[in-house]
Amino acid sequence: MERETKAFLSGNEAVARAVRLARPHVIAAYPITPQTTVIERLAEMVEEESLKSEYLHVESEHSALSACIGASAVGARTFTATSSQGLLYMAECLHYASGGRFPIVMMNANRSVALPWNIYGDQRDSLSLLDCGWIQAYAEDAQESLDLVLQAYAIAEHSEVLTPMMINLDGFVITHTYELVNVPGQNEIDLFLPPFRTTNKMDFDCPMSLAFTAGPAYNQAFKQLQHLAMLKASRVIGEVEERFGRLVGRNYPGLIETLYCGDAEYIIVTLGSVAGTIRPVIEKLRSGGERVGLVRIRYMRPFPDAEIRRALAGAKAVGVLEKDISFGFEGTVFTNVSSALMRSQVVPPRLLNFVGGLGGKDISAADIELIFKRLKNSEPGETVEFI
Amino acid sequence: MNLSEQHREHKISIRGLSDREFFYGHKACPGCGGSLALRLALKVLGERSYAVVPAGCMSAVGFIFPQMAFSCNAIISTFPGTASMLSGIAAGARALGIEDFHAVGFAGDGGTADIGLQALSGAIDRHDKIIYICYDNEAYMNTGVQKSGLTPSGARTTTSPAGKRLRGAITRKKPMFEIVAAHGIDYAATASVGYPLDYLRKLEHARTVDGTSYIHVFAPCPVGWGYETAETIVVAKKAVDCGLWYLAEYAEGRFVLNHNPGEFASIRDYLFGQNRFRHLQDEDVSDIEIQRDAKWARIRREWSD
Repeated sequence: MERETKAFLSGNEAVARAVRLARPHVIAAYPITPQTTVIERLAEMVEEESLKSEYLHVESEHSALSACIGASAVGARTFTATSSQGLLYMAECLHYASGGRFPIVMMNANRSVALPWNIYGDQRDSLSLLDCGWIQAYAEDAQESLDLVLQAYAIAEHSEVLTPMMINLDGFVITHTYELVNVPGQNEIDLFLPPFRTTNKMDFDCPMSLAFTAGPAYNQAFKQLQHLAMLKASRVIGEVEERFGRLVGRNYPGLIETLYCGDAEYIIVTLGSVAGTIRPVIEKLRSGGERVGLVRIRYMRPFPDAEIRRALAGAKAVGVLEKDISFGFEGTVFTNVSSALMRSQVVPPRLLNFVGGLGGKDISAADIELIFKRLKNSEPGETVEFI
Repeated sequence: MNLSEQHREHKISIRGLSDREFFYGHKACPGCGGSLALRLALKVLGERSYAVVPAGCMSAVGFIFPQMAFSCNAIISTFPGTASMLSGIAAGARALGIEDFHAVGFAGDGGTADIGLQALSGAIDRHDKIIYICYDNEAYMNTGVQKSGLTPSGARTTTSPAGKRLRGAITRKKPMFEIVAAHGIDYAATASVGYPLDYLRKLEHARTVDGTSYIHVFAPCPVGWGYETAETIVVAKKAVDCGLWYLAEYAEGRFVLNHNPGEFASIRDYLFGQNRFRHLQDEDVSDIEIQRDAKWARIRREWSD
């Protein structure tokens, strides 16, 4: 426990290990597939006293987040986890937590949203809640999931940010896939992540009224501060990753990760675990002389608009691949990427939107090759293609 | 110690009540029973209280930035989230090593018996050390007097109008006191702002309970009920005296009736003193009397004095 160890862990188990290292005061959780093994492992840790947290068995996701808000309002560090319908059931509390500036950390197992019922992964749950004021990160594998949870506390609790953070793991593909994971030692993490200190709390030495009403004269000012804090998070994320790299020894590239974007003519922009399918296809195509590349969005909020513009500046065609659709328009990631490019000094590259993986539908290497083919030969036509 | 022995322990007098005000300068309507219930409770529970108030009348009148009416720590919860936020506060404070505090919630009848019932049930199930006070003004008053699950039969509200076909609310008031008792709650009581000493004694007991306490305090609303603002205490007393409300406690599996009127005061006097009941016809009043008598027959049979 004191020093880094290697362990064979699922994404969910890696998250549970990270939560233990972060020493939260309060964990409140309600089970939903495919999040369950996170809260099961945490319950076991509390039982065996390797984790000293108050563990609340709440009767719903709404109460899970409401309890975390209450605990955060007295200055406690908190954790909860959910998925899909549970995330939607929390929706009211999501806005509440961000508006009250409570730096709660939550894992969301990305899962399809009913109807039709489906327990497998897509990203319609969290992407439909982009505007709830939470920092949203998307992991590619178990290691990144673990590291993001630890970084999340440092980012969310930063005095200039004070904004809750949601770490998204693709349901089953990340949550239930076992990988070799480096688990940092407690000493390293105690140095990286000191105890949570805040003045935004109810305190007997200085009583406060929190979560109050603000009428038309003041309301917008609070919302503006919230927006500024989220923008500041872009810088803080970089600082936290730099410190994490120094103390824990793993480095992360900020809001986006790029692969061969320096010379790539055809680039796929995506997020989450499907990047793992795309990487070997890119290597194969590049060995055949094709100039293809990848942008993996790691943070959807704050949105990496400058980074996206830079990464895509030299591309001839860009395909945004996402497990999401805003019915009657296009994928939400595509909308965000397009908006970033509209503010570019260079002419926006040709843009196509590929929607796939809904309800767990497989996205294969052949599908990725087909996407690159479409990018090379695309005729103007439908913007959204279902793969 | 049983409840009646414990009552003798808690000697309450108005003179002994704290001069400090913890809920003051708010914008509640004149004659508001709910704000009185809060004010008295915080005098008993004191400065080491975290007050949780969901969306509703009391949050609407007490937390308007930058003018805050609570001088103790206070927070608005989501409408369904009074109990779950209380649980989180209690767990957080405990984990941080904070001692000697009260996590106390003040939710209205809708916030308790309708939208907040699920979270309350969860908190009682966990025996979380919180005090949950339901101030019952028998409708959604903050939004303009709509029917709630605690609106009594026959009451006219803006969503249960008194017309030719229906004469006010057609549902009966949910038995919240018995619902929480059925969970095996650590302590539950009913009270009325018309009987403040009884209410204060129950608060004094709740602060000593190592588990969940629930106090359901009857809190008339002159605006929603249609009576003169100076009459709140009189109306709150009459409800108890005519048998449409009752003062009782529950602990360790036993119900105790605190006040057993030998003879009920006039139910017509109570009902027709309020605009919300003025449309009732003789047969409606008889129905209400029949419901009351059935309830009291059971109370007198099953609960001890």
